[in-house]
Amino acid sequence: MRLGEEERAMLAGELGSARQWAIKHQIAVGDFFDAPEFVRVGQAHIMADTESLGPSGVAWLEALAALPSAERRVLVPTITDPRGLDFASYKRLKQTETMADLEARTIAAFEALGVLMTNTCINYQTILPPVLGEHMAFGDTGVVIYCNSVMGARSNFEGGPSALAAGLTGRTPRYGYHLDEHRGGSKHFAVGWRPRDLADWGALGGIVGRACNSYWEVPVLSGLETPPNSDELKHFGAALASFGSVALFHIPGITPEAPTLKAAFAGRPSPAAVPIAAEDIAQFYASYAGNGDKVDVVVFAAPQLSLLEMAQVARLLKDRRIHADTSLIVATSPEIKFAADRLRLTQTIEQAGGIVAAGVCFYQSYAREMAEANGWQRLLTNSAKLVNIIGGYGYRPSLASMERCIDSAVAGRVV
Amino acid sequence: MSIVLKCHPGIGPTVTGTALVAPDNFSARYDLDRLKGTFSRPAHRLYGQSYHDKILVLVTAKGGVASAWMLREMKERGIVPKAIVFDRTNTILAQGAAFAELTLVDRFEAGDPTRLFQSGDELMIEPALGRVTILNRT
Repeated sequence: MRLGEEERAMLAGELGSARQWAIKHQIAVGDFFDAPEFVRVGQAHIMADTESLGPSGVAWLEALAALPSAERRVLVPTITDPRGLDFASYKRLKQTETMADLEARTIAAFEALGVLMTNTCINYQTILPPVLGEHMAFGDTGVVIYCNSVMGARSNFEGGPSALAAGLTGRTPRYGYHLDEHRGGSKHFAVGWRPRDLADWGALGGIVGRACNSYWEVPVLSGLETPPNSDELKHFGAALASFGSVALFHIPGITPEAPTLKAAFAGRPSPAAVPIAAEDIAQFYASYAGNGDKVDVVVFAAPQLSLLEMAQVARLLKDRRIHADTSLIVATSPEIKFAADRLRLTQTIEQAGGIVAAGVCFYQSYAREMAEANGWQRLLTNSAKLVNIIGGYGYRPSLASMERCIDSAVAGRVV
Repeated sequence: MSIVLKCHPGIGPTVTGTALVAPDNFSARYDLDRLKGTFSRPAHRLYGQSYHDKILVLVTAKGGVASAWMLREMKERGIVPKAIVFDRTNTILAQGAAFAELTLVDRFEAGDPTRLFQSGDELMIEPALGRVTILNRT
């Protein structure tokens, strides 16, 4: 990689050992992907829940945090993905004091590095959305795919260490989705059916993701002529990234880099379209069926809920009571939680027996340990991303609309 | 005469070990029970098998960004693959391998490595040279 004067100084350790570690790490990654140089970023976003970090990762962060202030503080605004637990609700979820201690140590270390503890995977809805062409170092695959596709920002999936490195250096290697050459469409899907709700949008993302199956594929969807809203694209993108490791999509006439089908493919001929019909969606749901089963836990998360989703959950739960043998968990960002408290949405959900957790996102919250402690197996959700992830933690996941999820939570079985 | 295959220069030190191959993908969060050291997602083709000390040969990296932290955490606890070989990785696993100093290579000249290698192959991976040698086949 070509290095500028400041980058050479970081590499030589002239700006301290934290920045020296960071730029060495970035050069190793940049060389692997044949990056020619660095590009400055507007923000970094770090995924670092304590289940992923483990005690050794927390100790590693604490060693960075113990460095002199001028050496350790990030150079660009650096924010965080959801945490491992919410101190206000962890006891109700039977998370342990050991987990809480690890969480507190991690937060203290990040704060010493100058990181803003936003604890959200919907920063594009709640913190500071990027603009067209802005380079970012975002963690959380759902954040990256939304910002790349819907806003025209430029970011790769940046794992926690790499996002932190970007915060410390203020830049990232210029490879992958920072380059024009990777941003044109590579696969074409013709959607012959309009998704009806968020679960449907997630299912569509899952189907396209399975068909792409590569970080380096860029799907283009035609047939969607009415613009989806932000929550619909959020669920679609999160599932597409989860099932397919995809980081960018185009919808001609809707997303900013694809005013036309031709533009979506960067001027190249459009490949033959793979049709997606209502039957494909039905088949997707059938692979996560669970009708009649006792439901142990209903989860609304992955991604965290917007204020409008919170309002919908509250409306559906108003004057109802969740079954005694079923738990219902809603995960949102701290900012949305404040708004939900103010608008009495939290009160409505919790009066029905639900738990509203802030700054977490279920699968990043010791999901296996929660299942064991609470006796949970059958999980019902409207998040296609979550059903894809959570099977590996020992759950039996089912996908349904928000309305069916809540009816099932009240009935205590999948209806 | 050993079989030598060329790939893109990779990450991490030279290692030797036994291949565990599947035409499937990899995510430390989605697919593994990291305490037991086994593949835990029922739909995974290596479900129930131990990954410890194996050279995993898979198609691509999937899922979330957590794997970047998890590889190092797995290495610190001593229950970790010896190396990972992909047809083509996503960015997360490359970043995680760099952070953990774990051996990782991809982009083989001869195509998909899940077709080039077999479970039980003894492999020597030399990331700096972009070279993988099958030691027990001719």
